[in-house]
Amino acid sequence: MSNEVLVINERVQGEIPDLTFELIGKGRELAQALGGSVSVAMIGDLSSLDAFGGADKVYTVEHPVFGSGYSAQAWEEAVAEVVAVARPKVVLFGTGTIGIDLAGSIAYREKAPLASYVVDLKVEGSDVVAVSQLYGGKLLAESLLEGETVVATVIAGSFPSEAGRSGGSPEVVSVAAPKSLDSLTLRPVAVKEPEKSGVDITAADLLVSVGRGVGSQANIEMLQELADALKVPLSASRPVIDQGWLPKPHQVGKSGKKVKPKVYLAFGISGAPEHLEGMRSSELIIACNTDPKAPIFEVAHYGTTLDLFDLVPEILEKLEA
Amino acid sequence: MKIVVGMRQLADLVEELEVADSGVDIDRDFVKFVSNEWDEAALEEALLIKEQVGGEVVVVALDEPDVDQTLYSAIAKGADRAVKIVGVEEGWTPTRLRAQLLAKYLESEGDWDAFFTGVQAADDLDGQLAGLIGASLGVAHAAVVSKAEPEGPALRITQELGGGTLAESVAEGKVVLGVQAGRQAPRYAPITRIRQAMSSTTIESFEAPEVELGPGPKVRKLYPPESKGQATMLEGDPVEVAEKIVEIIRTKGLVR
Repeated sequence: MSNEVLVINERVQGEIPDLTFELIGKGRELAQALGGSVSVAMIGDLSSLDAFGGADKVYTVEHPVFGSGYSAQAWEEAVAEVVAVARPKVVLFGTGTIGIDLAGSIAYREKAPLASYVVDLKVEGSDVVAVSQLYGGKLLAESLLEGETVVATVIAGSFPSEAGRSGGSPEVVSVAAPKSLDSLTLRPVAVKEPEKSGVDITAADLLVSVGRGVGSQANIEMLQELADALKVPLSASRPVIDQGWLPKPHQVGKSGKKVKPKVYLAFGISGAPEHLEGMRSSELIIACNTDPKAPIFEVAHYGTTLDLFDLVPEILEKLEA
Repeated sequence: MKIVVGMRQLADLVEELEVADSGVDIDRDFVKFVSNEWDEAALEEALLIKEQVGGEVVVVALDEPDVDQTLYSAIAKGADRAVKIVGVEEGWTPTRLRAQLLAKYLESEGDWDAFFTGVQAADDLDGQLAGLIGASLGVAHAAVVSKAEPEGPALRITQELGGGTLAESVAEGKVVLGVQAGRQAPRYAPITRIRQAMSSTTIESFEAPEVELGPGPKVRKLYPPESKGQATMLEGDPVEVAEKIVEIIRTKGLVR
């Protein structure tokens, strides 16, 4: 065992996600307290290796299977191999698809404790203390992670990413691809970029956004009317998309689009962490939710607990006046 | 194709949650428990596959408050059998324990092809179910699944990688999936069908075996986040608040 903090770089293709740099920055802080170093695991695509100046070491795993796309099984085998080589004290994932895919199984294989939905981490003696966001952000749990290796999945936006971008030159360690990659039962086939659609919610200066509180597809019409009156697109949180009330390109949040309009109008959105991740950088947020304790009010600049069905017709009237 | 769907009860997040006197769990006495919404998406995807290629859908859940309602509702929607894992201690069940119990059940069921469950639950402190079950059974797994379609004896799986990017893979052999959203919204079971299911179906029992719970996070305290109180609340009736909102948008130059 070492006192290394290992960050899993969750990039299948494209740019290195900001979250990786957040984790490197926080990893540096933990490593300093533990008297260890920070490393990054890079699986498959090895481009932009020089971006990891904030780390001491980069472990790479190459295999043709990663050229075909993404398979949770392939990534699990590769990450497990890096963990076996590095014997880290702490393994940090994000709470994205790869983190959700792998953190549990890596922790299980390593007989390590795992804390999910982490928003803060610190070292206490030789252990790690994690603060997790549970129940849709309504409660926080502080927990102690003890063991030779501990694992955490971190919610994006919890730590500054600048700290992870400093410019050193890390040692590159090539880890031999495990043989198990040659006999996968979950075979990657393709990675598909988002479908192009007429709607681009990321380009709008103003967004009217709707959440579960709208209640039904029929009620969406009223919000669409408001969006039309303001000549802006209608966006939505995940439950609205999952119900099929609006198509996927309208989704704001972790599994949808990240938006940064000048004004974000949120109607009936409670503010689950996954949604906040996609809109918290908006310049001005105005939230309407009948629950005064809804987490959306923690990021909103202005709020109202009026019923959206009472409020929206009045806004429409003011706009038409 | 035989698909087992893992479902669970969860405190209704619409309600106010209080921390219990222990300081490490929610007060469960006054909370309404509902079915985990992602599990409903997992069930829908399993039912769609059964409708496409035939087979069997078995729903399984730990014995938790109001779980019978969830299981009967699943039968009313088209599941063939319902199983309840009994003898589990009340209170918060670590996901790892849940995974190990379900893994034991799956071992006893033997001839299943796929296990579907919701991608996550709001109290998954120690990890998400699909990955933990996959690891404890040594079976391939994938989470944040938005589509699972039969392709001969295999399943073609679509996962959301974030930002709208999708990853496709093909599972040849047993697979465990954490479903984010089905191909369609979960179907509705009318109350008459649920009543019918209650009178015609017997929920099977599976006695929870002894399992050794591995290491997990030791919860020291559970507490509501400190309110930063950032939002300035707009006071007044709908007419007044509407006026203020339009004024704010106007000062940003976004409406004439």
